[in-house]
Amino acid sequence: MSDSVIRIERLYKEYVTDAGTVPVLRDVAVTVMPGEFVAIMGPSGSGKSTFMNILGCLDVATSGNYFLNGRDVNRLDRDELALLRNQVIGFVFQGFNLLPRANLEDNVALPLIYRGIGRTERLAHANAMLEKVGLGKYSRSRPNQISGGQQQRVAIARALVNQPKLLLADEPTGNLDTRTSKEIMTLFSELNQRDGITIVLITHEPDIAAYAHRLVRLADGQVIYDGPVEHAAPEHLEPTA
Amino acid sequence: MITPMLSEAWMAMWANRLRTILTMLGMVIGVGAVILMLAVGQGAQQQVQASIASMGSNLFIILSGSTTSGGLRMGGGAIPTLTVADAQSMEDLPSIGSVAPSSPGTAQLVYGPNNWSTQIIGTTPSYLQVRDWQLAAGSPFTDSDIRSATRVALVGQTVAQNLFGEENPVEKTIRIKNSPYVVLGVLAAKGQSLDGRDQDDTVLVPVTTAQRKLFGTQFAGTVRFIMVQADSAEAMPRVEKSINELLRQRHRIREGADNDFSVRNLTAMANTAAETAQVMSLMLGAIASISLLVGGIGIMNIMLVSVTERTREIGIRMAIGARGKDILLQFLLEAIIISVIGCLIGVLLGVGGALAVSKISGMAVVVTISSILMAFAVAAAVGIFFGWYPARKASLLRPIDALRFQ
Ligand SMILES: Nc1ncnc2c1ncn2[C@@H]1O[C@H](COP(=O)(O)OP(=O)(O)O)[C@@H](O)[C@H]1O
Ligand SMILES: [Mg+2]
Repeated sequence: MSDSVIRIERLYKEYVTDAGTVPVLRDVAVTVMPGEFVAIMGPSGSGKSTFMNILGCLDVATSGNYFLNGRDVNRLDRDELALLRNQVIGFVFQGFNLLPRANLEDNVALPLIYRGIGRTERLAHANAMLEKVGLGKYSRSRPNQISGGQQQRVAIARALVNQPKLLLADEPTGNLDTRTSKEIMTLFSELNQRDGITIVLITHEPDIAAYAHRLVRLADGQVIYDGPVEHAAPEHLEPTA
Repeated sequence: MITPMLSEAWMAMWANRLRTILTMLGMVIGVGAVILMLAVGQGAQQQVQASIASMGSNLFIILSGSTTSGGLRMGGGAIPTLTVADAQSMEDLPSIGSVAPSSPGTAQLVYGPNNWSTQIIGTTPSYLQVRDWQLAAGSPFTDSDIRSATRVALVGQTVAQNLFGEENPVEKTIRIKNSPYVVLGVLAAKGQSLDGRDQDDTVLVPVTTAQRKLFGTQFAGTVRFIMVQADSAEAMPRVEKSINELLRQRHRIREGADNDFSVRNLTAMANTAAETAQVMSLMLGAIASISLLVGGIGIMNIMLVSVTERTREIGIRMAIGARGKDILLQFLLEAIIISVIGCLIGVLLGVGGALAVSKISGMAVVVTISSILMAFAVAAAVGIFFGWYPARKASLLRPIDALRFQ
């Protein structure tokens, strides 16, 4: 157990709103081992994004344990969490979240700035990554000059530039058409199989979940299925919106 | 860490060019105003100080006639009550350096085809000591010139230029009221007096010559004023007292009656003028500083807007590993760059403005390195001070809140 990438126990998350406290995650426990490829499904509002944000150290749980690479995340301060986000985790968003003013190589190189790496080396790494996702010749373009699928590739390149162990993706294909989605998923599969990167992604589509090996089904803030994708009951693979 | 953050800050500023320039404008105007006002203020102050230095030190001027009496009030110097003998008797008082009885008037001077109207002061050789006035050429008149009321003159620089041009005036003969006067010497330049008169536009002649040959006097031997120099600043109150006593006694003024003369401490008046100039200079600086402050608040205002507008960007940066201090540095650098570049332009405008002012109005302006350095220091401080709050606000955002921000 100690060499797990993610170990989550008795995790609770509540939001405090004007209407009172809303429990969003209730007693969630998930452990992810290195090299796993996990898909998270569940109806809208079931707490998938909330869970993912906690995994990505962007948000903190109300209670419960989270060990990332064996480190107790609850004990880390803001700067240490930033360091984890920079070096251990790569995050891919549904909306790509590229900086519109920066060209692609600068976007991909951005995480390296916060590691204090010099410009030449940064750009060399960034271009190697762009090459890897098949966008080598667009390094000087701006995000708004390329398609959505290409933008998501850039976002993946940025997530990978620091060679993280763990890639987290919240509905990475949510804004893409079927064909582009397949290309992105192929890329994820390659990263998982060839580079051994652990991947956790959220999706609404059974087709996308099929690329993963393991399915975690959330409903109403609780895990109702956690096991191989092949063994999942049809209702657990049901598309959600 | 600074270099990439600099380029990040630069990128953000470039992307919002118009806003950056408008923000900078506040700083430009603030710094420009401070530099200009300091230049004008210090120019005025320096001019006053030069005038004071040219006046001579520890000076009293004694005017005939009272200016302080009740009842019928005469202007100072209206009735000639002072005499050369009064002046001579003062020389024996303790702590007195030099005494110069003076009889001023105006007359037309002629040399060859040139003529010039100027102030002519009939006085004694000690006038030069009292006023601490050197000769640029030639030699002064002497006591024997006083005794025999010879027609000799010392001319000021302005007079020399207007009558003689490039020619050397020494030993030349000019005509004053149709009588010939030999120019013995040329006075060194003194510049403006405190009340803005050209001190070099003057001619000195022996007091006796002025009294008997040039202007004449209502009563024989009278002069309009006497200038007295005390030995030291500390002696001045004592000297003032003893002059008052001596003159009252000599003029036989009964106890309780008003003086028929008045003693003015020129040095005290000059000091007041210097203080006034300094206060003016400070006030100009203070008023200009307010515009600098307003410029700083403008920076803060825009930075706050910028932080809000770029909350999502901050979230993205945090999601990929930016620490609070990286975000802080980026926004702080932006504020500092804006204020320092604004300051640079402001300095150029301020210095240019000061030169233009002096060219157009003839006012003296002084741009000192220290005022430029001060403007820079203040601009950097303003950038840090007013950039700090928005930058800190950005750095304290929680990553998830920043990312969710729409
Ligand atoms: N910042 C928030 N404040 C209050 N409620 C929130 C907040 N974020 C999410 N929620 C609520 O938590 C629940 C789960 O949201 P989310 O994790 O985004 O679900 P999913 O990603 O599965 O659609 C939803 O009911 C949502 O309204
Ligand atoms: Mg979601």
